[in-house]
Amino acid sequence: MLNQDQAGEIFARVRKFASADEVEVSFFSTANALTRFANNIIHQNMAEENVVVSVRTAFGKRTARATTNKLDDESLRRVVEASEKLARVQHPDDDLLPMFAGEGKSRAADKSVRPTKVLPTRYFPATAAIAAEDRAATVEKIVAVAKRNSLTTAGIVSSSEAVEGIFNSRGLAEWHAQTSSEISITMLAGDSSGWQKANSPDVGQLNAVALAEIAAEKARRSAGPREIPAGKYTVILEPAAVLDMVGFMFYDFGGLAILDQRSFLNNRVGTKVFGENVDIWDDVAHPLQSGAGFDGEGVRRQKVQLVEKGVVKRLVYARATAERMKRSEYEDKVGPIAATGHGFSLPNEMGEAPMNIVFVAPAKPQTLDQMVASTERGVLVTRLWYIREVDPYEKILTGMTRDGTFLVEDGKIQGGVLNFRFNESLIHLLSNVEAMGTPVRASGEESFDMVVPAMKVGEFNFTEVTKF
Amino acid sequence: MKDIAAWALNVAIMRGASYADVRVADDRSRALSTKNGKVGGASDSESFGVSVRVIADGAWGFAASDDLSKAGVEATAAWAVEIAKASARVKLLDVRLAAEKAVTAEWTTPFKVDPFTTSVEENLELLLKIDAELRAVAGVTLAETNMNFRREEQWFASSEGADIHQTKYTTGVGYAAHAFAGNEIQKRSYPTSYGGQWQNKGYELVGELKLLENARRVGEEAVALLGAEQCPEGKFDVVLDGSQLGLQIHESVGHPIELDRVLGMEANFAGTSFLTLDKLRTLRYGSELVNVVADARQEHGPGLGTFAFDEEGVPAQSTPIITNGLFTGYLSSRETAPTIGLARSGGTLRAEGWNRLPIIRMTNVSILPGEKPLSFEQLIGDTDDGIYMETNRSWSIDDKRYNFQFGCEMGWEIKRGKRVRMLKNPSYSGITTEFWNAMDAICSREEWVVWGIPHCGKGQPQQVMGTGHGASPARFRGVKVGSAYRGSE
Repeated sequence: MLNQDQAGEIFARVRKFASADEVEVSFFSTANALTRFANNIIHQNMAEENVVVSVRTAFGKRTARATTNKLDDESLRRVVEASEKLARVQHPDDDLLPMFAGEGKSRAADKSVRPTKVLPTRYFPATAAIAAEDRAATVEKIVAVAKRNSLTTAGIVSSSEAVEGIFNSRGLAEWHAQTSSEISITMLAGDSSGWQKANSPDVGQLNAVALAEIAAEKARRSAGPREIPAGKYTVILEPAAVLDMVGFMFYDFGGLAILDQRSFLNNRVGTKVFGENVDIWDDVAHPLQSGAGFDGEGVRRQKVQLVEKGVVKRLVYARATAERMKRSEYEDKVGPIAATGHGFSLPNEMGEAPMNIVFVAPAKPQTLDQMVASTERGVLVTRLWYIREVDPYEKILTGMTRDGTFLVEDGKIQGGVLNFRFNESLIHLLSNVEAMGTPVRASGEESFDMVVPAMKVGEFNFTEVTKF
Repeated sequence: MKDIAAWALNVAIMRGASYADVRVADDRSRALSTKNGKVGGASDSESFGVSVRVIADGAWGFAASDDLSKAGVEATAAWAVEIAKASARVKLLDVRLAAEKAVTAEWTTPFKVDPFTTSVEENLELLLKIDAELRAVAGVTLAETNMNFRREEQWFASSEGADIHQTKYTTGVGYAAHAFAGNEIQKRSYPTSYGGQWQNKGYELVGELKLLENARRVGEEAVALLGAEQCPEGKFDVVLDGSQLGLQIHESVGHPIELDRVLGMEANFAGTSFLTLDKLRTLRYGSELVNVVADARQEHGPGLGTFAFDEEGVPAQSTPIITNGLFTGYLSSRETAPTIGLARSGGTLRAEGWNRLPIIRMTNVSILPGEKPLSFEQLIGDTDDGIYMETNRSWSIDDKRYNFQFGCEMGWEIKRGKRVRMLKNPSYSGITTEFWNAMDAICSREEWVVWGIPHCGKGQPQQVMGTGHGASPARFRGVKVGSAYRGSE
């Protein structure tokens, strides 16, 4: 694993080879391992290590990037040349700012942007030390649960260690080290299945057997699914299902999405878009969050209140986007404007996005059991699948339920049902939240991990039923 | 490279592997893009590394590293064996591979112009001209273009004696115009959406696509969609353009025929398949007109699934998947082929890069053109009452690949053989086999294009792969239309 001193030495070599006005080097060093199982055996088992050096050069208002994983002098010289060659042929971009020199004194003083606290430790030696034998032992435990329940299991047990850093010729030097561990389990019966997934920087937070038992129970309880007609139902969405849907909207909270007029928040910032009970922050320092405390230019990530009582309060900004927004026709329509530390590496077309989403816990959180108990007729959804955007402005999403879909009647789970296709607007969804759980770190397949609650939602729009 | 292969294979065998293969890959790519008259992105990337895949104690292990020193390669090989031995703790039977003759071979994608030798300045000028054409249309609020090149050079060697050197070139190019007004955003793309057309070709692809010539029309269509009628809901005869049909094949034929899915190996993420083994040569997948092949051979065309050998040294092949409507074949690998009684792999094991384990992937899964001459205009002319849909906007299908829903960028109402009015937000949905059995016409060879899908995701860790899909426009009777917007009014 690359360390900060080694990165500094590589940066010095890159600077020596460069003729550009400014130079920035981003480092990504990873060691990933993933053990995959299916049909109650380990069928794939991989590990990899790699160090990536990405060089951005700038000549005045022109910039470009080149990336390599070869660290010898000749390769570094070549990657610098490639970056400079690409930069030189650009047309000058008036919006391009000098590289970021580090944290200045000025910050937006409004209460919706708060200085980021020191990040909690996200590097755990016990996670970094996980070996193939350890992962196999975890799989053995999961398979034992499957066999005890006469089920077949498939899934992953993975662990990784990663560092990322950014250095530039204006003196910036940011560094972040992190570990990650993840378990995902599907339990399959003849005509039903169940699923659970969790991850954490600290492997000690994961309980493989407990996850396997829940997945197995879902597979058992959804056996013999019955068909109920498509239509509008009260749904109880477990956190993973909430995550995979709401994840589709956060790229629209970037300032550049508004300037590009590709955001569903165009003409909606400052208005009540969701229900009163929806409050959302972006907070990289939250104890259940993960990731580096700086963005693609090295700007420290700020804690930003995106939604307050259903009102879209503010957007996030990369440095250049903030400057553009201040000069735009939207200047007085989008709330406070300042770089918030959410930019992607330059150059890019997407600008920025909040990636550390935290939903605020409701005053009276409900457990899933309480949500079920208060439901006369509805559908409990474990997980959603293959979600895609149907309409970009009304934010209609389509997708399928999967791996544990249950009919709830008279306050009780009555059994499994055939899976549904939904076509549902996120605006409608978050305007009809009848109850919420305590937010947890959730992990799905369609979105980045975030801290979200389970939700009970009225009038959820199922449009078709599939055959299983 | 022979030294690297020898270091890896020797250590793997010495440490107890019964089989080992090694891939050394040198991957280079360039991405250029513009947005609203400015360069959006300009980047080069290269990645060089080695991977070792082994069977030891009857189970698989895989390790990959960017360290190509002798010590680094030997350590990677030893790591792969250690991982395989851990895998063996949770196994039932030893892994068995279908026999394959080890060959020595060399192959490169046929191309006329190496895209990396072209002028970046000229490439950006072309994109900026297209961008200007799009924005010359009043009402276009966002114009985006992209141009991408990739060169993948790979050396493959195995403990069975294979020694294969392949170099693949890929070019992709496209653009889109967005129009935002009132409460809607509409979009038109060319040659198709999500990055345009991608083929295993050189820079010549850029010249073949008449990019600049179509830009004004595409911008005008994006704006016209704002004022178009909403696509109605109901059952209609639907005509799909070739690019949309390509994606339909990808989702509702290409994925369910992957034998690893069928055997449950992808159950946790990508899902399984409705095509259980009992359906082989018994299921009527589609109408008599439906003929689909999985063809990786060069003669099939410059699809993103064209190569000479897959990533376990099996030569490119053409496998009949649907023959006159009957389901006749799966995509297989050396490990999975014996499970369905095949003596040999279908040659579909592919990896995203040197640091990813090869898994079964689509090659070029294509529907063959109609034998009877039928142009697109003749197909429209032969349709009395229907809806034509063009260019994908959204796609979704369940995890067994039964129920699908697609949205397209633009629709046209067809009345008495003519396109009479533009429709916005068209979508259709259905059940895979019911849909393919409703196909009653497909255009002939002159309308057939191998479309590229560069971003197919599968596997854990997820791998993104390019796949090819030859298709020509086709008609489907009595398709469910418009339910994507049902209940949203």
